[in-house]
Amino acid sequence: MVRVVDARTVLESADVARALTRIAHEVLEQNKGSDRLVVLGIPTRGVSLAERLARRLGEIEGTPVPHGCLDVTMYRDDLRRAPLRPVGSTALPEGGIDDRTVVLVDDVLYSGRTIRAALDALIDLGRPRAVRLAVLVDRGHRELPIRADHVGKNLPTSRAERVMVRLVEVDGEPDSVTIAPGPTLAGSPS
Amino acid sequence: MRRHLLSSADLSADEVRMLLATAAEMHEVQRREVKKLPTLRGRTVINLFFEDSTRTRSSFEIAGKWMSADTINITGKGSSASKGESLRDTVRTIDAMAVDCLIIRHMASGAAHQVAQWVDASVVNAGDGTHEHPTQALLDAYTMQRRMGDLAGRRIAIVGDLTHSRVFRSNAITLRTLGAEVVLVAPPTLLPSGIDSWARADGLELSAELDEVLASGPDAVMMLRVQRERMSGGFFPTPREYTVGFGLTRDRLRALADANPEAVICHPGPMNRGLEISADAADAARSLVLDQVSAGVAVRMAVLYHLLAAEEVAA
Repeated sequence: MVRVVDARTVLESADVARALTRIAHEVLEQNKGSDRLVVLGIPTRGVSLAERLARRLGEIEGTPVPHGCLDVTMYRDDLRRAPLRPVGSTALPEGGIDDRTVVLVDDVLYSGRTIRAALDALIDLGRPRAVRLAVLVDRGHRELPIRADHVGKNLPTSRAERVMVRLVEVDGEPDSVTIAPGPTLAGSPS
Repeated sequence: MRRHLLSSADLSADEVRMLLATAAEMHEVQRREVKKLPTLRGRTVINLFFEDSTRTRSSFEIAGKWMSADTINITGKGSSASKGESLRDTVRTIDAMAVDCLIIRHMASGAAHQVAQWVDASVVNAGDGTHEHPTQALLDAYTMQRRMGDLAGRRIAIVGDLTHSRVFRSNAITLRTLGAEVVLVAPPTLLPSGIDSWARADGLELSAELDEVLASGPDAVMMLRVQRERMSGGFFPTPREYTVGFGLTRDRLRALADANPEAVICHPGPMNRGLEISADAADAARSLVLDQVSAGVAVRMAVLYHLLAAEEVAA
């Protein structure tokens, strides 16, 4: 990893863990238990977060909560503006999403365009009873009328800053969220 | 990814692997109830086929439609070509309608390369004469890789009419790109002239003894169609004699199974049952013939995605 001189760590490993635990309780409170819940992560880091969230939900309720991943690449509205994006994988748990409450999980909520694409992708796969959104970080600057139901941390940022999420499963280094100067690179999570 | 797909030699190993990975994701879409992605909305894809085709044309059409491109089929017989219009005028006329992609099959080797010089659209070679058929090679590699895992170091025999086979040419290139061992088996009359020198240069083995090759336990055997429409006679005495020498008969199927219990069988179709492949071999559990067809759409979706979805790279 390139160490950026002015990078500022806003969440450390323990903070990420606490945020996910709180989100798990919020989800269960709102859903009144884990009945008919499905947790779907958006690649790349959303998938790891979804796995962790599903594990916590299962531990709290004592019954496993199904989880999977939802790739949104082919639903993006900016495909033509960027170099080719590799297609990620979509895997729904057994039983699908029909008549279930889907909790979408992503690492950073920014413009909202990824979530717009995710909603379109979901609807092509079935008809959930409800869709909720859980994110580790909400950094603002929405371009669409989309908001998260569960937020790990609200992080006021300027568009000139970059938010970087590191997760041990994906990056091989301890969980962290940092802010660094420099614009978000095309193709990075938004 | 480049703007055209004209030859299997255009693709590096990384590009082939990326296409196959994309195809695997596209294959999942095929199992959905709603088989529709918005990815190529507003793009126009023209299937321009001067030769008969069932699976290639329909799979390109389905691939385009499932990705929301507008797909239009033009066949040689129903087009102005039958009124004597030249290929150049036909493709330039179509190109003038601002289409994004031209998928072309033509009986002349090199037609797709030539067309790519004439048009602004992306061109995909869907078979040019006896030259190449790159998307077939990709779907064969995809099908085999799905069953066998990584193809590097695997031994794959390609058997039959090499002279007239564009499937063989593209397959040999793609399989070598992926690091497979390729052994070619054909009667001397169906070997392309000069193959000795270039086959060796490309690392391809040559054999005229199918039984020996089968006994060596190849991981896959790809049977090529005997292309009677391209033959003016004299390549082999009788169909029966061809079968005896180079057909995948019931006995040879057993010999293959003995030499390598995991071996698979491919055929690009359409099959001449009883000529190059027996019904037992075509319908065996180790036959991937229908998997090949099913992979056709997924692989062509991947090709269209790679050519058309992203921003246009300045040429």
